[in-house]
Amino acid sequence: MARVVIDPITRIEGHLKIEVEVQNGKVTNAWSSSTLFRGIEIMLQGRDPRDANLFTQRACGVCTYVHALSSIRAVDDALGSKMADNGRIIRTLLHGSQYLHDHMVHFYHLHALDWVDIVSSLKADPKKTAELATKLSPNSPEAGVNDFKAVQARVKKFVESGQLGPFANGYWGHPAYKLPPEANLMAVAHYIMALKQQARTARLMAIFGGKNPHVQSMYLGGVTCATDLTPDRIAEFKYLWLETMAFVNDVYIPDVLAVAPFYKDWAKIGGTQNFLAYGDFPMGPKEPDSFLMPRGAIFNRNLAKVEPVDVSLITEEIKHSWYEGDPKGLNPANGETKPKFDKYDTEARYSWMKAPRYKGEPMEVGPLARVLIAYGKGVPAVKENVDAVLKHLAIPADALFSTLGRVAARAIETKVIGEAMGTLLGQLIANVKSGDLNICDGRPWEEMPSEGMGAGLNDVPRGALGHWISVKDKKIANYQMVVPSTWNIGPRDAADKMGPLEHALIGTPVVDPKRPVEILRTIHSFDPCIACGVHVIDTESNEVYKFEVV
Amino acid sequence: MSQGKGLLERLERKGISRRDFMKYCTTLTATMGLSSAYVPKVAAALANAPRPPVIWLALAECTGCAESTLRTMYPWIDQLVLDIISLDYHETIMAPSGEAAEKSLRDSITKNAGKFILVVDGAVPTGDNGNFGTVGGKTMLELIKEVGPKAMATICIGTCASYGGLPAAAPNLTQAKSVSEVTGLKTVNIPGCPPNPINFVGTVVNFLLFGKLPELDDKGRPLFAYGQLIHDQCPRRSHFDSGEFVTSFNSDEARKGWCLYQMGCKGPDTYNNCPKVKWNDGTSWPVQAGHPCIGCSEPNFWDKSTPFFKSS
Repeated sequence: MARVVIDPITRIEGHLKIEVEVQNGKVTNAWSSSTLFRGIEIMLQGRDPRDANLFTQRACGVCTYVHALSSIRAVDDALGSKMADNGRIIRTLLHGSQYLHDHMVHFYHLHALDWVDIVSSLKADPKKTAELATKLSPNSPEAGVNDFKAVQARVKKFVESGQLGPFANGYWGHPAYKLPPEANLMAVAHYIMALKQQARTARLMAIFGGKNPHVQSMYLGGVTCATDLTPDRIAEFKYLWLETMAFVNDVYIPDVLAVAPFYKDWAKIGGTQNFLAYGDFPMGPKEPDSFLMPRGAIFNRNLAKVEPVDVSLITEEIKHSWYEGDPKGLNPANGETKPKFDKYDTEARYSWMKAPRYKGEPMEVGPLARVLIAYGKGVPAVKENVDAVLKHLAIPADALFSTLGRVAARAIETKVIGEAMGTLLGQLIANVKSGDLNICDGRPWEEMPSEGMGAGLNDVPRGALGHWISVKDKKIANYQMVVPSTWNIGPRDAADKMGPLEHALIGTPVVDPKRPVEILRTIHSFDPCIACGVHVIDTESNEVYKFEVV
Repeated sequence: MSQGKGLLERLERKGISRRDFMKYCTTLTATMGLSSAYVPKVAAALANAPRPPVIWLALAECTGCAESTLRTMYPWIDQLVLDIISLDYHETIMAPSGEAAEKSLRDSITKNAGKFILVVDGAVPTGDNGNFGTVGGKTMLELIKEVGPKAMATICIGTCASYGGLPAAAPNLTQAKSVSEVTGLKTVNIPGCPPNPINFVGTVVNFLLFGKLPELDDKGRPLFAYGQLIHDQCPRRSHFDSGEFVTSFNSDEARKGWCLYQMGCKGPDTYNNCPKVKWNDGTSWPVQAGHPCIGCSEPNFWDKSTPFFKSS
């Protein structure tokens, strides 16, 4: 048995540590541990509820905005804010912009290097690469022979400089990389192109949010951007959105479809059992009825039965987490956060994350959960796109329960949600045209209720996000957040059942425990939002690999 | 191995014209508050080779500062990373993980001891012997104490690394502190939650240009970015002077863009250049989006500036 420590896991947000056992070249056991505690929920106690969204947004700067959104919705719920329709539309447009940005950055900058070998791109024929790119996507931008020659020359020059920067010590040449050189060169070109596109796409959020990262325009019942409901601002938004959608349709989706056929074995690896979505994207005032992506739960991969969701059945268990209290945990509406670190011990406590459970079961959340639930419910835009992808790859629907399924679902929902933003923009234009310029609940703070309890449920790029607040004397009495990565990456529960990522890692092939790129594929497919380290135990060689931190 | 050619040559080879290059040098020069006579010098500084090694450590943070840096446009992030600096360690974007990532860190520190620029985002949790935050089995407290003194200069990006920031807000359960408090190092602070990337890039360019760090105020902030109050640069200032105030976010006064002081705006107490350079290629900034400034580039703003909204 060997123990391999990969620490830290990179290309994620935050600090996480994972330990796995390997037998016969496959993962047989896994532990996921989050290694940073900041205590945001506790610091909110006693503060002004309107400040909460500014604090909670700092839970994550990658999935920026989403905690602000769930927070202000929890406060709206607790205090009974009057929702302005323009407030609903602009908040949702900001959310759509976050999806477009986040999924693009995840695919190209956080995930692609698990599938794409940069060094191999040096061997590509630029002419053949141009042919490949044009064949995959007739409207592909910067797809001429000279474009790929220039990218290749740039990579060559960079490699020859000897200063490899963030690309030094990558797993280049690993046998798990399957793309031909031309596909690698195309992907590298698009990695660089996406670096520019994401900075431009982030401007969408700044138009109505003041800035990105960490927008600053939320208020009770809507938003504050009163001077931005003008034709020039709306046009600016529209054309940046169109530009981004062109990238999604002409580059991102074709790239996913181009890479997937070389990694079809990953349609059998990395799956989980149960899925949960709170749903999101209110296309009208009624919630959750008007959600584009519906609310629901699926157990044991049964797509034919999408159950309704009762959030009172959520518990946050802490038997294996560094907290004090009942190991079976509490519902987040009455939740508590009492940190107590002792030591890292996979047999006892090993994570700063709690273990959220729904009806006592671990649930995967995120793009795959949303897409499966929408597919199960027959949402036309989702069904059409999923069926097209399955047909293109010649794989059955159950292939979606996999690492590859997670990657495909993320791309599919980017397109579906991005297209719905056009409808929302139309609603905003119609309101402004009719003279409705209301953006939030403008009642004086003194007239708002002093007490209340509320929940803000959203489905954000990484999955189901819930904030729970209790207000007393106009101050926050209690605050709890149950975030997507806790659902996905959290540790074992009171009954010692594994969390979704731990479960998904079982069966992952590991050719070389010292270069575990395969494990990273499944970890990154969840798009974790916590920094981490991975420990691999090889039960055959009994060898322990230890890695120093300088 | 060829010694790297200058940036301009590298840019020209991939079709970036001298004119484009001079444009972004001009933007940077203006942000840094230098006269246009410096534009050629900025260009020369950026064209230097080999690229200076940069190690970026992420402590108790949210990655917002790294994301903000990704939004840089003058230069773009690919130019910054591929052509200007050698970003040897940055957990959010680097290809390797675990052992291989640690090797990148060790290699760069060994090879560039006393020569690398250290960038830090996030505060240092010091409570419970630092156990609230670990990387690679080591506490963040141990990590920064070890790496910090080996750097030629340390740039704290964001309010957390600069002053403790969000993790240090009351009741500061993890006893989070700034990098300078923990290491005793004199750091260059680029506060903001997150800071505008142009202020970080401007600081790096200043370093390449003059071979030294920019002039700082008494809180360690570069004067070129943090030398003036938001209030004194605010386009809504004339409304303040005329006594024209917003008293409700859903009102004609709000739609007319009047002053947000009575809603709780911290512009009069906050040093930063948001009104001048704005965010995301000049798209907007919080006050333009109708929201009061929360004073995010000032020490302890999470406690000192809250509640952010005035109650009446």
